[in-house]
Amino acid sequence: MRSRLAMGVIFMDFGSHLIQQLINGISLGSVYALIALGYTMVYGIIKLINFAHGDIYMVGAYVGFFAITVAHMGIFPALIVSMVVTGLLGMVVERLAYKPLRHAPRISVLITAIGVSFFLEYGSMYFVSPTPRTFPRVFETEGLTIAGFTVNGQQLLIFAITLVLMVLLTYIVQYTKIGKAMRAVSFDTETAQLMGIDANRVISVTFGIGSALAAAGGVLVGVYYNSIDPLMGIMPGLKAFVAAVLGGIGIIPGAMAGGLILGIIEALVSGFISSTFRDAAAFAILILVLLFKPSGLFGKNTQEKV
Amino acid sequence: MNIQRKNDLMYLVLGLVIFGIVYGLMEGGMIGSFWKLNIIIICINIIMSASLNLINGYTGQFSLGHAGFMAVGCYVSVILTTNFHMPLIVGMLAGGAAAALLGCLIGLPTLRLNGDYLAIATLGLGEIIRIVIMNINYVGGAAGFTGIPHLTTFPWVFFTMLVTLFFIKNFVNSTHGRACIAIRENEIAAGAMGINTTKYKVMAFTIGAAFAGVAGALFAHCFYIINPSSFTFMASFNYLIMVVLGGLGSLTGSVAGAFVVTALSAALASWPEFRMIIYALALILLMFYRPQGLFGYVELTAFKPFRFLDRTKGGRE
Amino acid sequence: MLFGKRGRRVAGMLLGTMLLGGVLAGCGGGDKAKSDEIKVGANFEMTGNVANYGNATFEGLQLAIDEANAAGGINGKKITLVKADSKSEASEAANAATKLISDDKVSVLVGPATTGSVLAEVRIATDAKVPIIAPCATSPKVTVENGKVQPYVFRSCFIDPQQGDVMAAFAKDNLKAKTAVVYVDSSSDYSKSLGQVFKEKFEAAGGKVLMEEAFLQKDQDFKATLTKLMTANADVMFVPAYYEEVGKIVKQAREIGFTKPIIGTDGWDDPKVADIAGKDALNNTYFSTHYSDKDESVKPFIDAFQKKYNKAPNVFAALGYDAGKMLIDAIKRAGGVDSEKITKALAETKDLKVGTGILSMDANHNPIKQAVILENKDGDRVMVAKIMPK
Repeated sequence: MRSRLAMGVIFMDFGSHLIQQLINGISLGSVYALIALGYTMVYGIIKLINFAHGDIYMVGAYVGFFAITVAHMGIFPALIVSMVVTGLLGMVVERLAYKPLRHAPRISVLITAIGVSFFLEYGSMYFVSPTPRTFPRVFETEGLTIAGFTVNGQQLLIFAITLVLMVLLTYIVQYTKIGKAMRAVSFDTETAQLMGIDANRVISVTFGIGSALAAAGGVLVGVYYNSIDPLMGIMPGLKAFVAAVLGGIGIIPGAMAGGLILGIIEALVSGFISSTFRDAAAFAILILVLLFKPSGLFGKNTQEKV
Repeated sequence: MNIQRKNDLMYLVLGLVIFGIVYGLMEGGMIGSFWKLNIIIICINIIMSASLNLINGYTGQFSLGHAGFMAVGCYVSVILTTNFHMPLIVGMLAGGAAAALLGCLIGLPTLRLNGDYLAIATLGLGEIIRIVIMNINYVGGAAGFTGIPHLTTFPWVFFTMLVTLFFIKNFVNSTHGRACIAIRENEIAAGAMGINTTKYKVMAFTIGAAFAGVAGALFAHCFYIINPSSFTFMASFNYLIMVVLGGLGSLTGSVAGAFVVTALSAALASWPEFRMIIYALALILLMFYRPQGLFGYVELTAFKPFRFLDRTKGGRE
Repeated sequence: MLFGKRGRRVAGMLLGTMLLGGVLAGCGGGDKAKSDEIKVGANFEMTGNVANYGNATFEGLQLAIDEANAAGGINGKKITLVKADSKSEASEAANAATKLISDDKVSVLVGPATTGSVLAEVRIATDAKVPIIAPCATSPKVTVENGKVQPYVFRSCFIDPQQGDVMAAFAKDNLKAKTAVVYVDSSSDYSKSLGQVFKEKFEAAGGKVLMEEAFLQKDQDFKATLTKLMTANADVMFVPAYYEEVGKIVKQAREIGFTKPIIGTDGWDDPKVADIAGKDALNNTYFSTHYSDKDESVKPFIDAFQKKYNKAPNVFAALGYDAGKMLIDAIKRAGGVDSEKITKALAETKDLKVGTGILSMDANHNPIKQAVILENKDGDRVMVAKIMPK
């Protein structure tokens, strides 16, 4: 009798533990989704894995940090400022570093991207010092306790803002002219150009939007975890790439889904196996996806044409 | 003796001469211990960059996890030498074999991927290897493995380097090497011509990994201690930079690249904050202005003053 | 962008010359110490994963050296710090140490901050007979290897067994805890070894460690593991980690509803912890460290540091400063730059006033220093215990 009660308690504990982990995973996943969107959009349009994207996310966090501490802005203005400034940075990086190599072999562009990544990381380290900075508390809320699970106000904020941005992005891509142009250029660049679309402008805009989204992720992470440092973009950048591949690289809803799924899996691995294997789990997922369904969850199988 | 053999003999003699000179200087105390250490490191880096060049340069597979193979070689060899008191050569062979096995296992499934995906997959694998090592308490985990006997000396390193360079040079000039180069140039065409692309890609990967493992074994016995922090993707990038700087597809380039990058790193040691920024800028500029690296696809013997080293090229052109 | 043939050739030559110049510049050996200066090597992690700990320790050391130089140097000679970067990597630490010793010909070496890197340079320094002072490496292995005391290695911080012991006793006796969970940083020797010592001592005293978990340095999100730890329902959580992660761990633990006391060690000692976690989250947390900032005798150090760097010092900076003070005292007593004499003087350090209190060297080349246990209460750090060395 007592053991059955104990079993019942353990099972309930397990259930609530599981749901708590799911909640953790969703906030984590939202951030991955925001960064993954940038990766997927850029890959879709010029087939480049922008290694420096994780560092753009880091710069976004720092811009937000300075907006809040030096310019004394509130969180929403800081978010907007960071998105705009970082979006511009993304466009500048594209213009300076990637555009001249547009017709170069893939390995050169990849190495340049690595170079840009190092430059952003160590350049930031030089200017703002390697010591982590603390984000001031700008969004204090009590945790909500629903049916025994604690959901933090900031977790809700992250999820809400991510949702809003994704909806906005989908609107832009599906219903505006520039969105149509983006889709055209990613489908077939040369034909799009023949149709009168300025491919260069479209590519710049893509980089800009992708970087702005990453910056939003950066600011939200700053608010949520309260600490930012110049090397914070490396791991999330790689994991967001895994998320983008998981969902289907080049496909926007794929990035969103991939990000959330990766976040949840990571939380579950941390919670039920061991958090030291968390990073390994992300890479293991990557390898499994690439081996068994390289086009990702949402992708279509395209055969390579000779 | 045919011409190729005569060629090899010339290179061997040249190698011995260089060895003699440097060794003499070392023993004579002309070279301080700092430069002694760095020369050993340069030789190890040459082995690493030559083996990476085999994978990236000659076969065109973009592998970013080379430090992982080195780590495997390192740890396997130190377990044997420190815990089981085996001589260095056993450690080196075992390290190389372990790394080769891993390379084979990794190569088989992932070599279906191309370009960018392979890069990230190998990067991830390198990280997984490091994280796994960090969690194994038998080898010290994150704290590292201490008490390693200092068995690496200049003669060991130099001769291993010579063996590596010879092996890779001969491999590249053989049928197998030609197959790899064909795969680099156009994989689908190579497949259409009847080359078993998977076999050669895995072969290249395995051989590259094996030498990285041997280099790892040598590296491990340099410093009395090894630590997983030496095998992050920064380390892999470092070797990649050496290969790219020297020229993908040129063995002379790998040697030169290893030399330049190691020396540059040592020279910039006094300005640590700027070192990485300069690295980054140098990489970007290199890709803009000379993406083929210092030597491109060309070996040293293509240059007039060094023609005498290559008997296969005729007398006067 | 000049992409034409000539442009490329020029750029190639420029690149080549630049690289060659770099190589040649590195070739030149260091100068022997001029007769009116004392050369001290500072081998720290300036770049890489633990750059902020290395930098902080270096800043403390620099402050001590600057103060000594401003007061006229030692016997009229100025101290020059020769900086080298160990890149947060053990093999690079060994490389940097070799450069400092054979090229720059330093008389004594300070650093690096992490145990693994210090261990890498021990052999080199011992072979060259140059003393090392490890400012914050806490593993016992650094000074005592296989029961033998390393003749040329000294340290200026207390060792893991001492802290682990202190905190286990505190948990059991003061907090009356019967069960505990331990959450360590598996990428740090410091953390893992402390976790082990705590478990041994706590269980030896009758307590029980219910769950042990680990995280990796630079991790941001701990909620998943903390949720798991919470299910064990232990009386106390021991987190012997560094401030970067501790701040986030405490904050997130409180956010998921963990109300029990959280205890830690000197890695917690940094104002950032309060910034990241917020003072409410930090209530009911305790940690052991080297000094209390309310201590009158420590104020001069804190003020000087604040004045020079415009920020409050953390535990790494304090230990760097202590190492500096120890060094200066030893050089003074050795009367010169002779490494053997400095080594002997270091071993004889007794009742020296350093930044964080009074320090004496024991037979194992470890310092006999006080430890304090602080409680975070409403944003303030209150001393709850002071443990004098036995």
